Amino acid sequence: MHLDDNMFIPFLVAGDPHPDVTIELALVLQAAGADVLELGVPYSDPLADGPIIQRASARALKQGMTLPRAIQLAGKMRKKGVKIPIIIFTYYNPVLQLGKESFFALAKENGVDGVLIPDLPFEESEPIRRLGAETNIPLISLVAPTSKERIEKIASQAQGFLYCVSSLGVTGVRDTLPEEIHEFLAEVKQYSRVPVVVGFGISKSEQVQVLKAHCDGVVVGSALVQKVEELSDRLLQQEQHALDEFRRYVEQLVAPLRDVDFYGGVKEDEREKRAARAHSLSAGEVARGSEAAIRVDERH
Amino acid sequence: MYNVPNENGRFGDFGGKFVPETLMRPLEEIERALEQALADASFRAEYMHHLREYSGRPTALTFAENITNELNGARLYFKREDLNHTGAHKINNAIGQALLAKRMGKKKLIAETGAGQHGVAAATVAARFGMECIVFMGEEDIKRQALNVFRMKLLGAQVVPVFSGNRTLKDATNEAIRYWVQHCDDHFYMIGSVVGPHPYPKMVREFQRIIGDEAKEQLLEREGKLPDVVVACVGGGSNAIGMFSSFLADDVELVGVEAAGKGVDTPHHAATITKGTKGVIHGSLTYLLQDEYGQIIEPYSISAGLDYPGVGPEHAYLASIGRVRYESVTDEEALAAFQWTAKTEGIIPAIESAHALAKAFEIAKQRAKDETVLVCLSGRGDKDVQALMNYLEGASEHAFRR
Repeated sequence: MHLDDNMFIPFLVAGDPHPDVTIELALVLQAAGADVLELGVPYSDPLADGPIIQRASARALKQGMTLPRAIQLAGKMRKKGVKIPIIIFTYYNPVLQLGKESFFALAKENGVDGVLIPDLPFEESEPIRRLGAETNIPLISLVAPTSKERIEKIASQAQGFLYCVSSLGVTGVRDTLPEEIHEFLAEVKQYSRVPVVVGFGISKSEQVQVLKAHCDGVVVGSALVQKVEELSDRLLQQEQHALDEFRRYVEQLVAPLRDVDFYGGVKEDEREKRAARAHSLSAGEVARGSEAAIRVDERH
Repeated sequence: MYNVPNENGRFGDFGGKFVPETLMRPLEEIERALEQALADASFRAEYMHHLREYSGRPTALTFAENITNELNGARLYFKREDLNHTGAHKINNAIGQALLAKRMGKKKLIAETGAGQHGVAAATVAARFGMECIVFMGEEDIKRQALNVFRMKLLGAQVVPVFSGNRTLKDATNEAIRYWVQHCDDHFYMIGSVVGPHPYPKMVREFQRIIGDEAKEQLLEREGKLPDVVVACVGGGSNAIGMFSSFLADDVELVGVEAAGKGVDTPHHAATITKGTKGVIHGSLTYLLQDEYGQIIEPYSISAGLDYPGVGPEHAYLASIGRVRYESVTDEEALAAFQWTAKTEGIIPAIESAHALAKAFEIAKQRAKDETVLVCLSGRGDKDVQALMNYLEGASEHAFRR
């Protein structure tokens, strides 16, 4: 992947607190140097998520958000100037109801670059991986601290990037990350052909600072969603100050990833560099991933 | 030859493992331990020992003579799971899983509960085997089921209220899974029904098939032949699977009874197979109640034990191949059967079991006198007496939902 290192991958729940606000937030995140956007589809029973994202999902569902609408929201983001890759994060059941083929067709149509399905483990994922390879919308794989001997098989077939779950448990903000995380990441990197990013629990710039040297990027979800929740009323009133506050929060959080001083924001040339390589997710790495998948098929 | 699930945990299209990656290895460990245990005669012996000595098995097979006479049709037999320790079939599974947890070196149990019956069974075996037990229960169910909450606490379990969703069984299960994801290194998740990711549907079936095995032997002894029809209620479906498993290879009509609530043509029912569509819930591909976008719909039944939006994947499979017929019974029909059974046979059944009874009465009435209908009376109804009293005195039927 050209998104080679120091990646910042924010997560938003589509439609929280309103679909239009989600677009605004995505633009702010892009301006703040996000490399990839994870767009979460709200679900009635999000069993990999902690209370913060559960509440956000409930708010978004009340807004009438659905999987097709979330994908179309990605399309609207493209029209409004969001250029960074967008990964749709959804539980599996909504994909099944939309239909696997329809899902990828709609995702393609709306400029989606990847899909992440937290309750679809490797063993159940073959049809989705195949469709992902065919449409250049890779299925992002996850490995967890419990994966152990599963790491090699998952990592060696990963496409796009590989998502490491930092610690046991559901999504949320955590004060500390487990000490063994560095060994875990080292093991994953040994097998992975794609960038390795870490998520779950990351909510402080100190954590980002520590993780930076051990992975190619960080996913920040609940911490941002919590900030959105806090600013919710003001965001709904389209208050510019609320967007500014969100941006400042994001920038201090990911400052360790950037060649910047604490309050400085991202340097202009750095931002351009990022924008230039932004859309290369599907072009470069997926092609490599598909080749890998094909080679594996030939062996069998 | 009926041989499901396959090595991927599939019952035809149904079943599988749709869980976060964090749980995959713990599931593989349980699967290995289960296969070894099932192949180990000493494990079987220990399980049977506790069923006999602690739970009081074998449970009786009761000829429902008075009801048979009144219906003037087939001969009706009740398999009396209500006579188990803790008052329902749930203990069979709880003993089995606790022994497996012990074998795996795990001393902390996680359970979910709706009515509180599985929670009580889990708390009971935890006390008996010197384990810790944490039970997740929807806040709404906690309010409606104060007595069972106190029972669990008496037994030494920690009861954790769940505030997400509608605060009932589905949400308690979500929360139990979330807790398990965080504590899978030293906790064992004891699921209460034939639901969840592989190997749970198979495991719970293996620990419940004692119901059917005993009933078959008892009925053969009494009648000298197999039953013509076997009837059981289906929420998640563990008592039904336990009963049906022993008869799948025989020429016996099998009928699963779902909760029709206020009617399957209203939005207020829990008739998952009758009205649901294919999808994934709690780690398994099965039939479930959902909207067109795949959001899960809250079910309704007067009976908390049947009030679940999914159903065990093996039931989905048995329905799809036509081996078991799934029908449904309304709140009202179940209540009538509940009262009639109490008055006529001196047995107060659980409101869940009353659904099976209502259907069994209807079937028996239409059959010849030399036929037999075997029905699983899965639990006793003491827990439902207060709610029935409120109902008969005109209070809301919601009093029943726990």
